Amino acid sequence: MNYNWDWGVLVTAPYFGWIISGLGWTLAVAACAWLIAFTLGSIIGIMRTTDNPVARSIGAGYVEVFRNIPLLVQMFLWYFIFPELLPEAWGTWVKRGIPLPEFWTAVVCLGTYTASRVAEQVRAGINAISLGQKQAAMAIGLAPMQVYRYILLPVSYRTIIPPMTSEFLGIFKNSSLALTIGVLELTAQTRQIEEYTFQGFEAFTAATILYITVTFIVMTAMAVVEKKMAIPGMISLGAK
Amino acid sequence: MIEMKNVSKWYGTFCVLNKCSTSVAKGEVVVVCGPSGSGKSTLIKCINGLEPFQEGSITFNDISVGDAKTNLSKLRSRIGMVFQNFELFPHISVIKNIMLGQEKVLGRTTEEAEKRGMELLHRVGLSEHAHKFPGQLSGGQQQRVAIARGLAMDPVAMLFDEPTSALDPEMINEVLDVMVELAKEGMTMMVVTHEMGFAKNVADRVIFMDEGRIEEDCTKEEFFSESRGERAQLFLSKILHH
Amino acid sequence: MFSDFDFDVVINAIPFLWEGMQLTFLLTFLAITGGLFLGVLLALSRLSHIKVLSFAAGSYVNFFRSMPLILVIFWFYFLVPFIVGRPVGGFYSVLVAFTLFEAAYYCEIMRAGIQSVRISQVQAGQAIGLSYSQNMRYIVLPQAFRNMTPILLTQAVILFQDTSLVYVVGLHDFLVNAEIVATRENRLIELFSTVAVVYFVLCLSFSLSIRKLQKRFSI
Repeated sequence: MNYNWDWGVLVTAPYFGWIISGLGWTLAVAACAWLIAFTLGSIIGIMRTTDNPVARSIGAGYVEVFRNIPLLVQMFLWYFIFPELLPEAWGTWVKRGIPLPEFWTAVVCLGTYTASRVAEQVRAGINAISLGQKQAAMAIGLAPMQVYRYILLPVSYRTIIPPMTSEFLGIFKNSSLALTIGVLELTAQTRQIEEYTFQGFEAFTAATILYITVTFIVMTAMAVVEKKMAIPGMISLGAK
Repeated sequence: MIEMKNVSKWYGTFCVLNKCSTSVAKGEVVVVCGPSGSGKSTLIKCINGLEPFQEGSITFNDISVGDAKTNLSKLRSRIGMVFQNFELFPHISVIKNIMLGQEKVLGRTTEEAEKRGMELLHRVGLSEHAHKFPGQLSGGQQQRVAIARGLAMDPVAMLFDEPTSALDPEMINEVLDVMVELAKEGMTMMVVTHEMGFAKNVADRVIFMDEGRIEEDCTKEEFFSESRGERAQLFLSKILHH
Repeated sequence: MFSDFDFDVVINAIPFLWEGMQLTFLLTFLAITGGLFLGVLLALSRLSHIKVLSFAAGSYVNFFRSMPLILVIFWFYFLVPFIVGRPVGGFYSVLVAFTLFEAAYYCEIMRAGIQSVRISQVQAGQAIGLSYSQNMRYIVLPQAFRNMTPILLTQAVILFQDTSLVYVVGLHDFLVNAEIVATRENRLIELFSTVAVVYFVLCLSFSLSIRKLQKRFSI
């Protein structure tokens, strides 16, 4: 093997700056997309547990559509096709009017896709609560909204902390797909360093270490959160 | 107070309740017994609308339970219910379990709710456990808290769905004692149970169910005499002769 | 918008798209086979009593599970020719990446499947005098297999979708071929919606059959 090691390349300008800005974009995409995924996913997951057949089928339809099309294809649909389907003025605005169109496209794409996965976790969390709990809540006269607000949601969101952590890490890793529409996030930047310097080992190692570090930090933090939120005397449903 | 006329319920083609009619007067204690799967639990869950039924009518203080226009939440807040598996809310403390309905349904202030909650906990002998979580109590203790939770709504009647059947034997009496006391104070109660001692002690009437039908509905004196039907006799001999 | 949807472009592109789809299928099939084989070895190592082995397998799994698949593809696209010492073509590099990556996920599914069998079942097996291997063979594995088969199949659907990521190194799979036609004919809407519908129909029907299977075989 004939390879000129040069770890110094990682801390030289402009490459060091590229890596840092790449990490920044990765985190920004992941964080913004997670807001969508969590909110929308919760709404859809809850819809699937209600007695309303229309809400249930809308929820189910959403999940099937977003889970059965490859994420990359969804990315292209949002980027190339979505603006075309809008009225012309809106389409132009989406393509050129908003600042950072690629960034926001990636955020919306990852957010709506992960929402379908979050919805499944939320639904599973709520369905894991026994019927008796729901009946007990209704028996003291709580209205359906109150049953969710005070009983079902507080219990289920605690039990799904581990799978939700995985979903967040999923969005964090999937944010690399944003490079296909031109967002210069971490993976894109290291790939670019490889192409400029031919120091692939160093560049990809840097990315790998950063991904692993963030994953580790998130997992540690969420383990602490899980412990803090644990209900005394109740065994958590555990991660899957 | 509770009037039930020809109530029938099906799960698909399976008939769980078959033309059940009975009534419970104010201050009456009615015990419902029968083999498992006979529809006892379903019957009392129909009374506060936790289980829908397809035919017949149930009225509670002249309010129709099956009527779509009835405000079920309000109705339920007037009827206390105790479940087989306690069903305390695991994520909030014992006192908060008792306060939740008072605050969110009855609109009491936190102070009022807490005061009433502590009174009731004292009454069931658990005031020192107020700030523990349900999972940290024994089954018997949890069930006493559940009774306190029901009473906190100042109900005019209490429904009990096999309140002692999930308990270890040594804990059954602490729960029954609370229930006997309630009965003696004149609370209207409908109790699904196999505890025939409880029935003999405080029941006014006994209902015996089998295969979704009310087979016997009589005073406890009649029920425990020899005049009852063959199925009830067979059932009693099974649960008493151990 | 849809009034000028040009079906002819799509119809004319079918042979070219099918070529791409064949690569997608081939890559999926080979990566599943390789991933399962390696995954079994990893799962056995992870559950092994030999500490070094279970630690190594655990690290392997955690390593790959904290990496984006695209980065793994880039890694091996760069590494494989380097290790082999000559250019081997994108397909083999990507195949290695997918196999190694999927193995980590298969390992976790199989481990969870084996561990989902209740310990009292194992004890019941021991109580009637079964040896360790008999217990595995007749009690644990059949139950574990039922528990994990649907999840393994679902993972296969995910892999099938993930193979579209070969786009980043320009392999001519279904999506890339569609994109080629799309740009050449300037018919983005037609081609990308076709791709979406084809993937959707394939994945949904497979998912639905998994669910049917799961219902039939659930214990």
